[in-house]
Amino acid sequence: MRTDRRAFFKSFAAAAATLTVLPTTAEARAKKTAPSDAVGMLYDTTMCIGCKACVVACKETNDMPADTDGYGHGLYDSPDSLNQYTKNIIQLYKDGDEQSYAKKQCMHCIDPACVGACMLGALQKGKFGVVSYDVSKCVGCRYCETVCPFNVPKFEWAKAAPKIVKCELCKDRLAEGKEPACTAVCPRKAVIFGKYTDLLDEAHRRLQNSPGKYVNKVYGEKELGGTQVLYLSHIDFEKIGFRFQQDESVPHLQQSVTHGVYKGFIGPVALYGLLGAVMFRNRGKNSDKES
Amino acid sequence: MTLNLTIAERLRRSGVSRRHFLTFCGKLMVVAPAGLAITNFISPNAVAATIGRARRPSVIWLHMQDCTGCTETLLRTSEPDLASLLFDVISLDYHETVMAASGHDAEAALHDAMEQNKGKYVLVVEGSIPTKENGAYLKIAGRNGIDMLKDVAANAAAVISMGSCSSWGGVPSSNINPTGATGVDSIIKDKPVINIPGCPPNPYVLLATILEYASTGKVPKLDALGRPKFAYDKTIHEHCPRRAHFDAGQFAAQFGDSGHREGWCLYKLGCKGPVTHAPCSTRHFNEVVDCWPIGIGAPCVGCTEKDIAFTVPIFTTADIKRPFPPDNYPLVNPEHKPVSPIATGVAGLVGGALLGAGFLASRKMGDDSTDAPKE
Repeated sequence: MRTDRRAFFKSFAAAAATLTVLPTTAEARAKKTAPSDAVGMLYDTTMCIGCKACVVACKETNDMPADTDGYGHGLYDSPDSLNQYTKNIIQLYKDGDEQSYAKKQCMHCIDPACVGACMLGALQKGKFGVVSYDVSKCVGCRYCETVCPFNVPKFEWAKAAPKIVKCELCKDRLAEGKEPACTAVCPRKAVIFGKYTDLLDEAHRRLQNSPGKYVNKVYGEKELGGTQVLYLSHIDFEKIGFRFQQDESVPHLQQSVTHGVYKGFIGPVALYGLLGAVMFRNRGKNSDKES
Repeated sequence: MTLNLTIAERLRRSGVSRRHFLTFCGKLMVVAPAGLAITNFISPNAVAATIGRARRPSVIWLHMQDCTGCTETLLRTSEPDLASLLFDVISLDYHETVMAASGHDAEAALHDAMEQNKGKYVLVVEGSIPTKENGAYLKIAGRNGIDMLKDVAANAAAVISMGSCSSWGGVPSSNINPTGATGVDSIIKDKPVINIPGCPPNPYVLLATILEYASTGKVPKLDALGRPKFAYDKTIHEHCPRRAHFDAGQFAAQFGDSGHREGWCLYKLGCKGPVTHAPCSTRHFNEVVDCWPIGIGAPCVGCTEKDIAFTVPIFTTADIKRPFPPDNYPLVNPEHKPVSPIATGVAGLVGGALLGAGFLASRKMGDDSTDAPKE
């Protein structure tokens, strides 16, 4: 439609005025901290011997089937990575003489990407800070699988009624006062269970007592907003598969913007009001032109 | 056939040395490391004291449709004295193979043993019992096997099925089972029957069971199939000395190949270890170490299990129900498989189609905008 400069600037000013109604978004969302009853795990690569008792215990406790499609001659349960049959796995990093085992499972982040992305609230940060999954609310959109920085939630591709499969820190056992199956069975206490604050202290104690032994960082203390599963390693964390080192959690930026824009629903109302006003003003204009 | 002597007294009288008896007790401890009251001690001396106090039990041994292998295993010793030890530890009152009597004398011996030890003797049965044609396939002294078994079992304190044949039918019961061979517990239902399957089983399992009964008056804990748990609770696979080779994926592919010579796992040759409950992997035979099938490089045939032995072919691999992870590991950063040519082709076609459609549509849109307004 044709418009003159005055009309254009009027509409432009109206739009800008609408936008200022939106509150400042940058610091709108407070940084999340661990809940007071938070529990977690501490995994120490220098103590892990790769026995895979934790993999077996997890499968048995959670009644998961064997995955014989992997590297195991069709005979063994040999998943290549976390998948719909495997909630916990031991992987190997080897480069010449440098070697480390790496236990992988849900990190139970303090500000989880999956909880932020889940449209219907199937993934929630629940009791003890465990990121738990409720299949009754899930629609299988797999946003959680896409957004997780640790590639943890896995979709059951092979099933007709699929769900998301991931470690839930044996929340049923936690409710009975027991520890998760993997930490209970570890023969060298390479992975231990405890209150999050206690584990953080223990991790720092180990760093302090044996400075040359570890990379001087507790992975999960700050990374991606903090995770309740903490890692100590003798080699770079990138090598054992932790690619992300930034402190900002995944949902922080996204939710800062969306929570800001949609706060009180003022923004959408204002925007649609403006558009409605424009349409109202232009009603009947085309028919006028043609006659 | 007096039972007034304790085992210790009888051994003393027979001149069996204490050293031999202690060795025997040590072997019992190996056979039953857990689950038996008589071996629940830390030294053979304590086991000897417990057994020594017991009365020598009267044992009546019946042969049905058998090959006598289970008797042979009982007599298979490397120490000559041990055979006499067996007969001093138990009172073998009727045994068709080793008894001196025959014919009418043998029948009288059986009758006397049953009368004198009524309600106290242990009945051991070797061999399956034929049931077709009213049991006509087995007759001893004019009686068929079923009647003989029922008669002798009626006053027995405990009934033990020695070997797979008497436990569940064994070799004679394999397809097509022309004689209707069956195990003892299909016929004797009014008292507990202890099954000691195997072809043949380890003789010390039988001895430990009999002595447990003689010493404590109680039968050892049995599993759902009536097998003593102290010997049959684990599969061969769980305790196999070659298990490390299985876990590492090292298999013998053919008899005599390099893997076979190295002592690698026999799973691919059809070893039924993973599905066979038996004590053989830790209690070997003939009192010689490694004298057992897998130890000499022959795959286990599952001789204790009704569903496996003489039914599943020897060289068919076993179905493992709960596979555990192998010794190799998945990598943190696995190499990605290259994209298949078909996937590339399909993606190209779809992309091209979209581009083409977009181009055509854009041309059409251009036409619309130059349309003159309708009059």
